[in-house]
Amino acid sequence: MILEVRDLTKIFGGLKAIEEVSFKVKQGIILSVIGPNGAGKTTLFNCLTGVLSSTRGRVLFEGADATNKRAHEITAKGVARTFQNIRVFGSMTVLENVMIGQHLRSKEGLFTAILGTDTFRKEEDEIRSKALEYLEFAGIQDYADTLAENLPYGDQKRLEIARALATEPKLLLLDEPAAGMNPQETWELMELIKRIREWGKTVIIIEHDMKVVMGISDRIIVLDHGVKIAEGTPDEIRNNPYVIEAYLGKEEVG
Amino acid sequence: MKKILFMLWLSLLSMPFMGIKGGAYLFLGICASYGLYIFLANTFDRIKLPAVPFNAKIATTAAIISALILPFLMKDYYTDIAILAGIYIILALGVNIVIGFSGLLHLGFAAFYGIGAYSNALLTTSLGLDFWSALVLTLPLTSLAGFLLAFPSLRLRGDYLAIVTLGFGEIIRLVLNNWDSVTRGPNGISNIPSPVLLGFEIGRLTHYYYLVFGFVLIAAFVVKRVQRSRTGRAWLAIREDETAAESMGINTRKYKYMALTFGAFWAGLAGALFASKMHFVSPESFTFMESVFVVCMIILGGLGSVPGVILGSLILVLLPELLRDFQLYRMLALGVGLVLMMIFRPDGLIKKS
Repeated sequence: MILEVRDLTKIFGGLKAIEEVSFKVKQGIILSVIGPNGAGKTTLFNCLTGVLSSTRGRVLFEGADATNKRAHEITAKGVARTFQNIRVFGSMTVLENVMIGQHLRSKEGLFTAILGTDTFRKEEDEIRSKALEYLEFAGIQDYADTLAENLPYGDQKRLEIARALATEPKLLLLDEPAAGMNPQETWELMELIKRIREWGKTVIIIEHDMKVVMGISDRIIVLDHGVKIAEGTPDEIRNNPYVIEAYLGKEEVG
Repeated sequence: MKKILFMLWLSLLSMPFMGIKGGAYLFLGICASYGLYIFLANTFDRIKLPAVPFNAKIATTAAIISALILPFLMKDYYTDIAILAGIYIILALGVNIVIGFSGLLHLGFAAFYGIGAYSNALLTTSLGLDFWSALVLTLPLTSLAGFLLAFPSLRLRGDYLAIVTLGFGEIIRLVLNNWDSVTRGPNGISNIPSPVLLGFEIGRLTHYYYLVFGFVLIAAFVVKRVQRSRTGRAWLAIREDETAAESMGINTRKYKYMALTFGAFWAGLAGALFASKMHFVSPESFTFMESVFVVCMIILGGLGSVPGVILGSLILVLLPELLRDFQLYRMLALGVGLVLMMIFRPDGLIKKS
């Protein structure tokens, strides 16, 4: 088990955004989290990655406690994420964005930078060439020197994935990666996510596009009003009466 | 239409100074020069000037060489102003680390400038240290002050941070003003000795010019190096998006402390140079206006760009001096200049890299 969530609860004032959600994630799979708008999917991601601190419950990453740690500590453990509303570093180049992803995998400080020592130069070169590799993996290497804010929407989403991969995570959390993409871009994205899994990384995605969800998921979790109402393989979820009710409403008994 | 309205507004603004006739002439003058500008821009566009390749290395070398021979060509009065400009460049480079790189809108930097100046003044006059030993103590002391006053920046963002840092800046000034037994209050501290370098007293303006120039070179070099390092990138990431930066594994708290400590370090150096240059310090030199002035410099030059910050400081120190004959309109010209900047080049003269 790479990730284990036990009775995770997040309360905003009087609103229970997520309520006693528990699940386990096996190494190397793609897990989808689905549910209607406002079901608490992004809140769940925020609690897992330390952007928000949870009210109750525990998060175990590779068996070690990772509950309510600060975001950079969780990234250091090997969890990376993308954001629903794109958060690239707009006025930096695409390459620099990915170089920032390498922050934790490098260590040179202020003084070696000022002196320009050999170790500093060597590390800079390594960061740069690794960043280029991740850009190539995401298919946006041609834009390396473009300012991130000038990228087309779909490529900004790819950049976020490349940047998250540059932190060298074991678990990657993607928040609505296909939102706003055309069918061609969506198809390319699905291929990219599958390649990430082949690379041995575990992926959790939040997604509304059912073609994507059913096409790539190994397992699916369904949230509704902050509560987990179902979990299973794509086929099991497709036929689950609770899921159909949450999405389509209750059938009138006639 | 917007442009004509803007010109009208400008002319109306100048009427209290220049009278109705003067205002009308100004309006006509601006209209005429704008027309000329449009005409010239169009003509040049058609002629297509050959592109002059811009080489940063050659430009930097040329700037350094001309700065080196300048004191031989200038009157003492201008050397004096150039020294002041150099001190402001160092201060602005420090502020640029905090505001330009890390995006923390800090409006109390005059405090660190003041702490640097006062600690140098006190260490040399009361303890009888020479400039260099005092500097060795002053720099860590100012950095420490930057570190200690960094804690509000951890909780507050944007406007709130600006207000709180403004308050801290005023607190430091008031302490300098009222702690009579140590700082001698509003009377200030006088008879601060000149620096002595290798047994050679740096007393004359020209000598002092080269001393400050040396420090400016060091500051620009170091800040430029840091900008292009892992630390610099982390600061830029915090400026761009703090949440995303934290999710990329950057310990934002640590890097904010670092930015303020490092920024205060340069402010302390500028303060120490200022004290020994003037041989006198008083709380009047470290008011809120001083902080605002420095922020204007880095905005004018281009937030986050080292050459931009240098250019901005030079313009804002030299221009008011050159316009001294038109004393009445100096502040007006400065204000108009900044408004024009915001309209036509909101990114500053040199765009951030």
